[in-house]
Amino acid sequence: MNNAASSLADVSKQRATQKSPGSAPMGTGLEARGVHAWFGSHLALEDVSLDFAAGTVTALIGPSGCGKSTFIRTINRMHEFIPTAAMAGEVLLDGKDVYAPGTDVTKIRLQIGMVFQKPNPFPSMTIGENVLSGIKLAQLKVDNKEELLEECLVRAGLWNEVKDRLGAHAGGLSGGQQQRLCIARSLAVQPKVLLMDEPCSALDPGSTLRIEETISELSKSMTIIIVTHNMQQAARVSDYTAFFLSEGGPGRMIEVGPTTEIFTRPRDIKTENYVSGRFG
Amino acid sequence: MTTIQVKPQRPWKATPRDMGTTAGVILLSALASLLLVLGTGLKGKIGFMVCFILISTILQVVVGVRKFGRKALGDNIASSLIYVGAAIVFLPVFSILYMAVTKGAAGLHPSLFTETMFNASFLDPIDKGGLLHSLVGTLYLISIAMIISVPMGILTALYLTEIRGPGAGFIQFIVQAMSGVPSVVAGLFIFTSVILISPLKASGAAGALALAILMIPTVTRTSQEVLLLVPHDLREAGLALGATQWKTVATIVVPAARNGLITATILGVARIAGETAPLIFTIGGADKLNLNPFKDYQSALPFYVWKGLVLGTPESLQRAWTGILVLLVLVLSLFIAARTLGGKKMGK
Repeated sequence: MNNAASSLADVSKQRATQKSPGSAPMGTGLEARGVHAWFGSHLALEDVSLDFAAGTVTALIGPSGCGKSTFIRTINRMHEFIPTAAMAGEVLLDGKDVYAPGTDVTKIRLQIGMVFQKPNPFPSMTIGENVLSGIKLAQLKVDNKEELLEECLVRAGLWNEVKDRLGAHAGGLSGGQQQRLCIARSLAVQPKVLLMDEPCSALDPGSTLRIEETISELSKSMTIIIVTHNMQQAARVSDYTAFFLSEGGPGRMIEVGPTTEIFTRPRDIKTENYVSGRFG
Repeated sequence: MTTIQVKPQRPWKATPRDMGTTAGVILLSALASLLLVLGTGLKGKIGFMVCFILISTILQVVVGVRKFGRKALGDNIASSLIYVGAAIVFLPVFSILYMAVTKGAAGLHPSLFTETMFNASFLDPIDKGGLLHSLVGTLYLISIAMIISVPMGILTALYLTEIRGPGAGFIQFIVQAMSGVPSVVAGLFIFTSVILISPLKASGAAGALALAILMIPTVTRTSQEVLLLVPHDLREAGLALGATQWKTVATIVVPAARNGLITATILGVARIAGETAPLIFTIGGADKLNLNPFKDYQSALPFYVWKGLVLGTPESLQRAWTGILVLLVLVLSLFIAARTLGGKKMGK
């Protein structure tokens, strides 16, 4: 084990002692069973089965093009917006398959929120309107909008920076603030699961740190799945880590386990090579 | 410690000397062109323009090459040509505006906007009668054509960009073909398919139908372009928040493209406001005020202009020029109104 990997393990150990994974008492969580994904005739993801316990943070790591993003997009059914896309397998949310016939897909996406790689606040709305846009879009009823607005912004770690300019346009915020605004926006519809697709890849280290703090805070009340290329980040924020890899063919999940183990005692040599920085 | 006063500077701007050189080039070219026009067989404004463009381009290039060396040769020739191109494009626009304003203004008088041609002839002196009936007719035509074309054009554009449902390719082809339809054909089409066989006879509404045929493809194609500019990320963000596709389009995509859609509407109005040919068969061309677009003949400003033009007497030609001026001012004020009302909410 080289130095880089062992220092990752140290960070990971600290985090693991802070929290015992899988102990949060809510729902039955999320489960992927034999998920495959195609683009046209190209099989991009093969047979991924993963169990996400409620209230845990799972990091998906692996080189570009290994199917991590495709996988999380099958979870909230965003995969189907690509015209040639196809999938196989089951995604169970509280025991029910999100792909079952007759499922209201908009309800699924309300329960499984998503934060994208590039901050994408709605340009025609103010900061406040952005946070509450999910309520308007999904036509939900809320008793106290101001309270919800403040709560979401506080949880996303943005309240103090924007509380005096909620009526300003979101375009005036910095990249990191915009991304936290997007997190606040996805919190407003009270999802059970939050998918984050490389949420910090366009941000500076300071903003990244703020978002990681936000993730730790949020994980007390929801299940989080985060795709990241930053292994320190995976070690800092996650309870579990899954390693994906495409060896020329479709992307597959090589290994999953508690984050400490993936970074210190990986079972697969490919995982060890990746986390120790020997390739990828 | 001494504090040094730092003043903001713009070292990239042209120095007075540079500006002097440019002014010198322009002055010298103008002078040389003038001498050429006076001294040789090259006569008139066109001769002067051609000489001026050639001489000033050559001088500009020589000055540039002397200052920056051979590398600047291509750069200077290209920039000179671009300036000339811009001038050639602007010249007709300004000369048309100049003609319309100078010739049209002579016929302006107060009763123009309060009277019609019901008790006057186009051959009468300009201060008899007015164009109220045509002004009202044009406003009716534009409004009705907008009521038909703007929703239809934007909905078609949404179908082509957002839904991309069955037949989208074919619809795209039809829209492109429609934008090439000669305007007189649109008038003839409404004449044969509506006026001859339906209860709606030649009237403002029939004219507006013919104009809508011309306006729909313009609105559709421009709307499509601006909707495609809305980042895909925003649609995904909306859908990922549990919105239906309709809700995402209505609350996110359309507001984000708002200014562009207003531009699409303006371009559509610009396409039809001056059309005369489709109206010849369809609105009848009344001389009195008619406030009902569904019954009896109406007039329109281009129709009024056309009528004055074909008669050819000094009085009728004066009426035509004044009609053109009123039409220009009307269209310009509609555009300004659309921009101010539309641009309000977005702020910057």
